[in-house]
Amino acid sequence: MPLITNTAATSSRSETVSNDVTQNLDSFTCPLPIPARDRILLGHGSGGKLSADLLAKVFLPALGNPVLDRLEDQAIVSLRDSRLAISTDSFVVKPLFFRGGNIGSLAVHGTINDLAMGGAVPLWLTAAFILEEGLPIETLQRVVVSMRDAAADAGVQIVTGDTKVVEKGSADGMFINTTGIGLVRDGITLSASQARPGDCIIVSGTLGDHGIAILAEREGLQFETEIRSDSAALHTLVADLFHATHEVRCLRDPTRGGLSSTLNEIAASSGVGIELEETSIPVHEEVRGACEMLGLDPLYVANEGKLVAIVAAHAAQKALQALQNHPLGKEARIIGRVITEHPRMVVMRTPFGTTRIVDMLAGDQLPRIC
Amino acid sequence: MKYLDEYRDAKIATALAAEIRRRSTRPWVLMEICGGQTHTLMRYGIDDLLKDSVQIVHGPGCPVCVTPLETIDRAIALARRPDVTLVSYGDMLRVPGSDTDLFHVKAEGGDVRVVYSSMDAVELARKLPDRQIVFFAIGFETTAPAHAMVLLRAEQFGLSNFSLLVSHVLVPPAIRTLLNSPHNRVQGFIAPGHVCAVVGFKEYEELVREFHVPIVVGGFEPVDLLEAIHLLVVQLEERRAEVENQYTRSVQYQGNRPAQAAVGRVFEISDRKWRGIGKIPVSGLRLKEKYAAFDAERIFDLQGISAEEPKECISAEVLLGMKKPTECSAFGVLCTPEKPLGAPMVSTEGACAAYYQYRRHLVTV
Repeated sequence: MPLITNTAATSSRSETVSNDVTQNLDSFTCPLPIPARDRILLGHGSGGKLSADLLAKVFLPALGNPVLDRLEDQAIVSLRDSRLAISTDSFVVKPLFFRGGNIGSLAVHGTINDLAMGGAVPLWLTAAFILEEGLPIETLQRVVVSMRDAAADAGVQIVTGDTKVVEKGSADGMFINTTGIGLVRDGITLSASQARPGDCIIVSGTLGDHGIAILAEREGLQFETEIRSDSAALHTLVADLFHATHEVRCLRDPTRGGLSSTLNEIAASSGVGIELEETSIPVHEEVRGACEMLGLDPLYVANEGKLVAIVAAHAAQKALQALQNHPLGKEARIIGRVITEHPRMVVMRTPFGTTRIVDMLAGDQLPRIC
Repeated sequence: MKYLDEYRDAKIATALAAEIRRRSTRPWVLMEICGGQTHTLMRYGIDDLLKDSVQIVHGPGCPVCVTPLETIDRAIALARRPDVTLVSYGDMLRVPGSDTDLFHVKAEGGDVRVVYSSMDAVELARKLPDRQIVFFAIGFETTAPAHAMVLLRAEQFGLSNFSLLVSHVLVPPAIRTLLNSPHNRVQGFIAPGHVCAVVGFKEYEELVREFHVPIVVGGFEPVDLLEAIHLLVVQLEERRAEVENQYTRSVQYQGNRPAQAAVGRVFEISDRKWRGIGKIPVSGLRLKEKYAAFDAERIFDLQGISAEEPKECISAEVLLGMKKPTECSAFGVLCTPEKPLGAPMVSTEGACAAYYQYRRHLVTV
């Protein structure tokens, strides 16, 4: 859930803001006290249950307001007759360069997508860099050039920025935060709380490509693969979808935490059950192989160029066609439907006719030992 | 994917399930030993598919789950030392010790690293000569050869900053304990394929002779498990008790001789504590005296650390197949994967965690 990076990034942007945040924190009492010895674990950033915990126990009690409390991928605020979508996201990917992209293109695509998932046309981006002392300037240049190209391809402008340098060892080469502003289309209101029994669940393509492309390049794990990150800006795909139908209830991009986290959030937010068909879920053969080898489940692996659409049943075929006619949605499929049974749970129908739960991750997905 | 798709084929699987239902005249109680098999059974809902013909109970075969509490506490004590880098398989980090887990120790500044291959720990010891590298060597017979090789490699490099925290357990003594229990209800076993790929299945023949119980060496995919269950049901219906090998694509009678030799060079059989069960005689491996210099328990004087397990957990009954996870009053309420009370809720391969992760929707908690 980008909201976590959202609030954290905002509070660290300048000293004035961070002081305000501290005062706010002092004046609030948390409904669920956190033991003093608890610390941030890597799992708090995984987009699963621990991330949700942090929102519920730290961020929302302190910072909650009607806009933030919606917990969508973007904030939507009204300004005179327009509705603006605002989203912010921090990028800490390691390695900085990977097959199919780099931290720069990812930072542009990621924030554009968070705006697009709110039904907005993305217009402007900001870019803030936290650089580690000793980083080769040539590396920074390559990243910035690819940000320029990604923004130009997507038709958005990077209009302001910031640079901070920290001591060697205090950051992992480079972190980037991008904030985006877009204009929400008239007549469109999307929300994870709008899924209704009978709706179809559509995914725009294969799952797990980004996460596996990154893992393949991690130290100690290197394996040969043709898998490329799917990092891409999805706003034109969304535009085509809305051109075909306005019967879309919710759009989400299943980034960290994967499809399972996204669908669990929607099920919880709408108070409905979700049933998936295992045989309809598109996963590249190579991704499936890598997941088998590493003991991972593609449903929990990150994507950076895919969307999940919850669409009214009668409009599902039209929506599917529109997605499949776009280069980024060729492998789109209907993978399941919204149901009334077992509310707030995602359940998978196996090819054997049995069912199992698709749960949210408790922490980071860990490789199993044997 | 070859060797996978054909063993996940829905048509073959449903036909096998129908055949099992046809052959079975009463609900035979069968146990799979390995956590990987538990995982597959739950993931594909195979127990549900066979529910009136076969009752499947889940054995103590998740190595993460059965690693004793005090061994986890010892690993935590090591990770807290400023001179030590503790190297582990990923799923050990979440396992709760008496008062914390390795994830939290890492967050507090302990140097804990996750590897996929134990050989990476040796590489780390070569790269960081000023630090003590301790590899947390846990598992069944399956991981023992790799850990033996790692130690031999460290010896070959003359590394004096490398050691193992060993918690190795063996399957047949656990089956024997179970069969000797007056409460045992298990009538047939699916033996763990990967363990048998290393050690073969001669030892299982001894169990069959002694207890007249059928054992089938099984693989890990749904069709493997259904085939193994089918073989067991046929034996039970025909009142036979033999060892049969379903997992022929990986397992040979004699096992893997070079792997056994490596284990024999480095380890010797010893008594071992199992989390949730207690001490089982001759059920584990420890480093031979010759390799004492690589034994973290001796180097860092950890033997003084001991721990008692929480009483409210019924894991012994679950791990011995006497109760289903859902028969525990704490299941899903006091005990969840985020806050496990005991061993089987700890790792995804533990029986309680597998039920929680995949089957909660079929249970009224």
